[in-house]
Amino acid sequence: MLRRTFVTAAASVLVAIGMLSAAEAQDRFITVASTTSTQDSGLFDALLPAFTAKTGITVKVIAQGTGQALDTARRGDADVVFVHAKSQELKFLEDGFGVKRYPVMYNDFVVVGPKSDPAGIAGGKDVVAAFKMIADKKAPFVSRGDKSGTNSAELKLWKAADIDLPAVRGEWYREIGQGMGATLNTANAMAAYTLSDRGTWIAFANKGDLGIVVEGDKKLFNQYGVMLVNPAKFSTVKADDGQAFIDWLVSPEGQSAIAAYRIDGQQLFFPNANDPKA
Amino acid sequence: MQQDAVPISSILSLLTGDGGNFLGIIFLSLQVTITAVTCAGLVGLPLGAGLALVRFPGRTVIIVLVNTMMGFPPVVAGLAIFLLLSRSGPLGELGLLFTPKAMMIAQFVLVLPIIVALTRQTIEDLWTEYQDHMTSLGAGRLRSIPTLLWDARFSLVTTLLAGLGRASAEVGAILIVGGNIAGFTRTMTTSIALETSKGDLPLAMALGVVLMSLTLVINSLAFGISRVGARFSGKS
Repeated sequence: MLRRTFVTAAASVLVAIGMLSAAEAQDRFITVASTTSTQDSGLFDALLPAFTAKTGITVKVIAQGTGQALDTARRGDADVVFVHAKSQELKFLEDGFGVKRYPVMYNDFVVVGPKSDPAGIAGGKDVVAAFKMIADKKAPFVSRGDKSGTNSAELKLWKAADIDLPAVRGEWYREIGQGMGATLNTANAMAAYTLSDRGTWIAFANKGDLGIVVEGDKKLFNQYGVMLVNPAKFSTVKADDGQAFIDWLVSPEGQSAIAAYRIDGQQLFFPNANDPKA
Repeated sequence: MQQDAVPISSILSLLTGDGGNFLGIIFLSLQVTITAVTCAGLVGLPLGAGLALVRFPGRTVIIVLVNTMMGFPPVVAGLAIFLLLSRSGPLGELGLLFTPKAMMIAQFVLVLPIIVALTRQTIEDLWTEYQDHMTSLGAGRLRSIPTLLWDARFSLVTTLLAGLGRASAEVGAILIVGGNIAGFTRTMTTSIALETSKGDLPLAMALGVVLMSLTLVINSLAFGISRVGARFSGKS
């Protein structure tokens, strides 16, 4: 009887695995390594169904920080990378892991902070001056600290403000090594400033006492690029289907779908595939 | 925040509105967890019993190692399996990374030591009680394993439930090896992590309540079944 129980259990496991395999086999899919900002803002939920309906290709999105997404692609675990840190993307291309980089769209970063505004920067338009003030006043600041695109943008801003982080950092500068949402949750709980992409900020539901303090500076623009992972490096890369996704993103149809995505009437992403310098 | 920690309405809207998607998440969670625990049981129960009864050099070391593995941090297990299954890793050709099967493997690895360690303890205790009887029947230690496993079945249900608890509560490993892909590798716990990061704390909490309720149902069923079974077999 014991044996029968074992046999039944083993059989049900095989059936379960068989069902899974069947479900996987019927899909034609690509894997896209992308950033938390594109997923948490809801952009992919709006874009992907249109692409899938047109081509029959399902898109599986792994949402990570830009650094981790590029690393996933470097290991050959994704077909396409869709991220936002141009210098890291160019390095990726240079190392031969990508085929070609296409600019897709931009959104912008905003500095958010508590209503009490301990650094006195609310309403400013000059992000570099605001960062100087935060460091001078040692006002609490939460950093992603995860090599994401947002993290690189933040580090670039400290540099532009002539702040030597390793020298001045202390209690006030908190690196938490997590995604944008977790960082906003932390900033809310600590009444701290942080840098966020606008999309995640608008979609974020736990704003609490936080609000936008600095926005609109050109330095806060955040460019997204998309690349096919080099099939010459990894034969498993689905080059045709991956390229089809890229072509669709930069096509007039994909670009207008990006422009049409709104939350609370606000446009989050601005297509600019036709700007070769982006 | 002014709202309640767990609004009943958001639990209800989870279950009714957008139902297909949510039920899919529950189904996947159960499928991954139950498959992993079943496989770990099939391997772990005989292995644990063997470890209890068979004497061999280095046995004590193995017992300590297995007991240590019960505390294997899920993120470390996840990372190790990620590196194994990655296209650049030794098992990359199987293409298992970011699939439900990868999550099952991760949970199997986490659950197996718990089942082996607890089974070993149970069977070892039972053996001291049975030793004379089994020996007089001429059954050696190895031959006694099926009998002991069968007679300890009601205690071993708790062992399996401990494994199930570890698997169903786990998020660190399956997030890494599954990738939390919507509609494909998104489970209850990875959804909770995602909703927390989106700042939708009430929804995350509501999902947590649903997960706890499911665990309660499974445990109640297991308890009921082993009670009824114990009564019928004249044990209690």
